[in-house]
Amino acid sequence: MSEATTSPLVDVQKVSVTYQIGRKRAQALREVSLAVAAREVIAIVGESGSGKSTLANAVAAMLPENSTVTEGSLRFDDIELGSLRDSQIRKIRGKRIGIIPQDPMSSLNPTKKIGVQVQEPLLLHGITSKEDSKSKVLALLRDAGLQEPESVVNSYPHELSGGMKQRVLIAMAFAAAPELIIADEPTSALDMTVAKRVMDHLQKLVQETNTALIIITHDLALAVHRADRIVVMKSGEVVEVGLANEVLKAPKHEYTQELVAGAPHLFHPGTPGAPAGTATHRTNDRPFTAVSEFEASNENAILRVSGLVKEFPHGKRNAYKHVAVKDVSFAIPKGKTFAIVGESGSGKSTTARMILRLEDATSGSVEFMGKDITSVRGEELRQIRRKMQVIYQSPFASLNPKMKLADIIEEPLRAFQVGTKEERRNKVFELMDAVGLPKSYMKRRPTELSGGQRQRVAIARALALSPELVVCDEPVSALDVLVQTQVLQLLQQLQADFGVAYLFISHDLGIVNHFADHVGIMNRGEMVESGSTKEVFAKPQEEYTKILLESAFNL
Amino acid sequence: MANTLISEVPVVEKPNPIRTPTEKALSRKATLSFLLRRLDLILSLVVVALLVVVSLLPSLFTSKDPLKADPSVSLRAPDSTFWFGTDELGRDLFARVVYGAQISLGAAAFAVLLAFVIGSLLGVIAGVSKGWLDSFIMRVFDAVLAIPGLLMVFAVLTILGNGVMNIALAIGLAGSVSFGRVMRAEVMSVRASTYVEAASALGVKPLGVVVRHIIPNSITPLISLAALEFGVAMLTIGAMGYLGFGAEPPNAEWGALIADGQKFVRSAWWLGVLPGVVFVIVVLAVNRISRVIGQGGSK
Repeated sequence: MSEATTSPLVDVQKVSVTYQIGRKRAQALREVSLAVAAREVIAIVGESGSGKSTLANAVAAMLPENSTVTEGSLRFDDIELGSLRDSQIRKIRGKRIGIIPQDPMSSLNPTKKIGVQVQEPLLLHGITSKEDSKSKVLALLRDAGLQEPESVVNSYPHELSGGMKQRVLIAMAFAAAPELIIADEPTSALDMTVAKRVMDHLQKLVQETNTALIIITHDLALAVHRADRIVVMKSGEVVEVGLANEVLKAPKHEYTQELVAGAPHLFHPGTPGAPAGTATHRTNDRPFTAVSEFEASNENAILRVSGLVKEFPHGKRNAYKHVAVKDVSFAIPKGKTFAIVGESGSGKSTTARMILRLEDATSGSVEFMGKDITSVRGEELRQIRRKMQVIYQSPFASLNPKMKLADIIEEPLRAFQVGTKEERRNKVFELMDAVGLPKSYMKRRPTELSGGQRQRVAIARALALSPELVVCDEPVSALDVLVQTQVLQLLQQLQADFGVAYLFISHDLGIVNHFADHVGIMNRGEMVESGSTKEVFAKPQEEYTKILLESAFNL
Repeated sequence: MANTLISEVPVVEKPNPIRTPTEKALSRKATLSFLLRRLDLILSLVVVALLVVVSLLPSLFTSKDPLKADPSVSLRAPDSTFWFGTDELGRDLFARVVYGAQISLGAAAFAVLLAFVIGSLLGVIAGVSKGWLDSFIMRVFDAVLAIPGLLMVFAVLTILGNGVMNIALAIGLAGSVSFGRVMRAEVMSVRASTYVEAASALGVKPLGVVVRHIIPNSITPLISLAALEFGVAMLTIGAMGYLGFGAEPPNAEWGALIADGQKFVRSAWWLGVLPGVVFVIVVLAVNRISRVIGQGGSK
């Protein structure tokens, strides 16, 4: 965390960048200045569209063709990047500046073996001869944290998991021993526990090799825990720069304050970088009596799930069975929030879909408002849905693109023929008002709205019939951080107003911590632990829960 | 330097060129260059618009009677009085082409409408139902596809007798298969989308889901197909007219005009060639438009 004493490795002075899109021009960066010292780790934080990726691309001299640096200077190790020809830039990029791309799934050539792909930068920059490159590739992969580099070398990308692919990309970035690594959202496509391991390793490598690191991220938690300094960007401008701890403790700019407030679990994190255990999160010293509270609330449960199992048969004559959900049981009290937390493939969404009756359970039962709905169909099921509504993960996919906003919100009311046409219209206005959408939007179509606005539409639609339970399947994970906060606050407000219960599916423990009354942790189809949120987060009993909590709060 | 470079960068072709001119920011020059680049499209639109007006109000375009014979002016070459010349009975060829448009266009429109309605209906039913009903409809489609189009038309004409509308009926029935198959494919992809699942999860009745969510989102490719099929239908109707199965004389549909003119191709070339040229221009224009709709619709 030392300040740069000599001239910085990267020196960006008042750079502005514009994009040419069709006939329109958009300014992506506005007089941005930034200095990165050698061996420094800095994080650029911002929402989508804040210009953070443009800044990183400018530093790596790989801005897309439709962009122009209109003013300012970009210097890397005292070389003015703007004055270089393409051939000269290629000698810097890849060799002296390593890049870890955002999406490990699409950043590797699917037709080439991993070994050949890692070898490529080595040969390209003349680092090793062809004979020596094999052992160097193995060493790089091992350094990147891959357990069996010998087998990885002969694999194709589709044979590796997301975390393994990201490690391969890290190995490639380090291949030429660069002085600077730019990591563009290195973990946003990975599961939490995997992300933590990958970041741990990246940080270790950076320290060992004395490399400077620029992390581009939308995740303030990741930035605070991994970087020496944080650069906060908003609409193409740097709004705040400072040491990670200081920015977190005393954010100066209004936007940073909002960001910090939007990530409340950061107020009591472990020391950045330190191997903080879950102990630091025992913020709430509530005694164990919480168990009885949870059991007692079972009495007036709105939803009771017991022994739910989902098997997907596959293979020849369905000889094999993939068990997606194993014997899951829980209950949601009236007007409360129950969160199911788990990584991808843990069976949390399948559980939600069985409760919604979009998927049939293999065995077990779902009881809703005191009625067994495990196998109701047709009109009977439709009447159940009047009291159980749903909000999907992606508001971009869950709204009919051809319908007007008011019609979308009216849809459930119309389906159950609630009131006259006029009464329904008035109800729509009430709902739009409740979720903070101006009346003037009623004739717009989903494509004319932002992600947050669309999710508000989805919420209004889900609440139109005053349901007893709303199943929210990752309702904010497709949204920007600040928009997430707004939407979550809205959901909480509406719960207070309407007394609706939520089944909240999420992979984000930070959100669950502040949103859910009760939580169930799922891993590989099983609910490994459940109870009141405070209790589970303060005193996790299961090993998996501990790992999950540690990953989430110490990224 | 950088600024001047930007203005010289050629604008990347957008996936939907029709919508671009609506942007208010466009300068007049840009609009003009757009029109020039899309000259073929503009001309096509003019041709089709003209064709529609001609077939609705033929008397606006010619004061002559297409059926009135005048032996004193038989087989006249095109001049300022008789724009397309006259036939062996002294009937004005231009008037016959103008009035023939009504028959050709009307029959093609009927054929496409029939194909659209029957095809999309069966396509929706097949796409939504799955199971045996879907298989049944698809096998019927396969069977119809196995019969050559012209054979189908001949079969219908044999049963129902000659006439433009019977030709159109046969084309409509045969054409409904391609509409049906496209519609089924669209419906199957749309019904898998989240908003369709959301609609039923929110309690919308199955029929409501189909009518309000699935159909509006799967109909667009059919519109482009309709334009394409319109050109094909015109050609087939022309071919049948040429073979003499079309309109009863003395009414003349374009194919019949060409067939009649063929007899005089050495002495009076215009009788066959001019209606043929008009026919070709119209079909080209329709095909051009259908292509553009197809590009826009696929977005």
